[in-house]
Amino acid sequence: MSNAMVDFDYARPASLAEALRLLRGEPEAKVLAGGQSLLPTMKQRLARPTLLVDVQDLDAMHGISVTDTHVAIGAMTRHAEVASSARVAEALPALAHMARGIAHPQVRHMGTMGGSVAHNDPGADYPAAVLGLGATLHTDRRRIAADAFFTGLFGTALEPGELLLRIEYPRHQRSGYCKLPHPASGLVTTGAWVTRLPDGVRVVINGAAPCVFRHEEAERRLLARFDPASLDGFSQSPQGLNADFHAGVDYRAQLVMVALRRALAMALTH
Amino acid sequence: MPTVNVSLTVNGQVQSHAVEPRTLLVHYLRDHCRLTGSHVGCDTTQCGCCTVHLDGRAVKSCTVLAVQAQGAEVTTIEGIGSVEHLHPLQEAFRRHHALQCGYCTPGMVMQGIDIVRRGCARDEVTVRHELEGNLCRCTGYQGIVEAILDYAGSEAGAAKQG
Repeated sequence: MSNAMVDFDYARPASLAEALRLLRGEPEAKVLAGGQSLLPTMKQRLARPTLLVDVQDLDAMHGISVTDTHVAIGAMTRHAEVASSARVAEALPALAHMARGIAHPQVRHMGTMGGSVAHNDPGADYPAAVLGLGATLHTDRRRIAADAFFTGLFGTALEPGELLLRIEYPRHQRSGYCKLPHPASGLVTTGAWVTRLPDGVRVVINGAAPCVFRHEEAERRLLARFDPASLDGFSQSPQGLNADFHAGVDYRAQLVMVALRRALAMALTH
Repeated sequence: MPTVNVSLTVNGQVQSHAVEPRTLLVHYLRDHCRLTGSHVGCDTTQCGCCTVHLDGRAVKSCTVLAVQAQGAEVTTIEGIGSVEHLHPLQEAFRRHHALQCGYCTPGMVMQGIDIVRRGCARDEVTVRHELEGNLCRCTGYQGIVEAILDYAGSEAGAAKQG
């Protein structure tokens, strides 16, 4: 019998009201979605919640809806559902491409979009799409713009007891994503998302820094001309980037440029 | 800590056991259902030796709480064949020498069945990608990939005849 995790109480509410009541009533409660980040974190005792609120039965957090202008995805939607959805592939091909490359098949069968976004691991994929497309995050009490959502290392604008219900993406088809994954864990060592808007360009880098961020210099250059040549002569500064056993700051700075060019190439062919 | 009663269907049989909320699905299967075919190789979501099917999808049972699977249908390596009547993918593993020590094999077989069921056993490159969550430290994967492709081919042939 494994005792890696410190024990906790568990609840599986059938309604949103019940889930919110449980979360409000216990300061050390955590939301359990797919558990593919939370359970490993608890095994390492980096998190020790006293109550897990399993939200798998909440209808408000399920489903994919596609309109002419938007794609809304429930927070409990598993990566495999996004990866295999023909409607997502048609409306936002770069998002489907991203989902197909998250971790490995067994994790994609359990892990959820909302879990990934609310956790905001620097090595996660989805935050780059949320910020790159300028999505709107719908919670139980408000809407949060992507630009205001990701606040730092594992940090988001979600308040204690606030539940992310769904994520609404504008349909900007001209997007590209490239990640250079860690070969063993599959987490993002460095990745880039590029979206061309009718009136602008959004460029986002994930994996390279403590928090996913918009790359203003690349946005400026690509707004002038949406072409790989616009990046000529630009090199990423290593200042402020992550360094670990596998990739130092100089290497990550180099990877930013590689991922950026590949993401741009994908956006140009879509 | 108090226990919760977790009831689920394992290999077609209803199981019901009182366990702590922190009990992982793999330990529920091994310690309470006495089904020790699912192995704990790493306990860190990397090796895939604990792969089982949860409502028809391959998952790592070391990274799912038993209580999360309340009411679900689980299939383990014990549920797909027997020593007398091996599953066709197990037969293919034997033909292709797809195991040496055998520790990773239950997870490989359960993942292999899932790969074929999802139509992802198209070619060698795709199968290798689909096995990213399963580690084998003996074989170099060659026989495993060949066995899965062989089984996928025979399934496709059977479907055409059927």
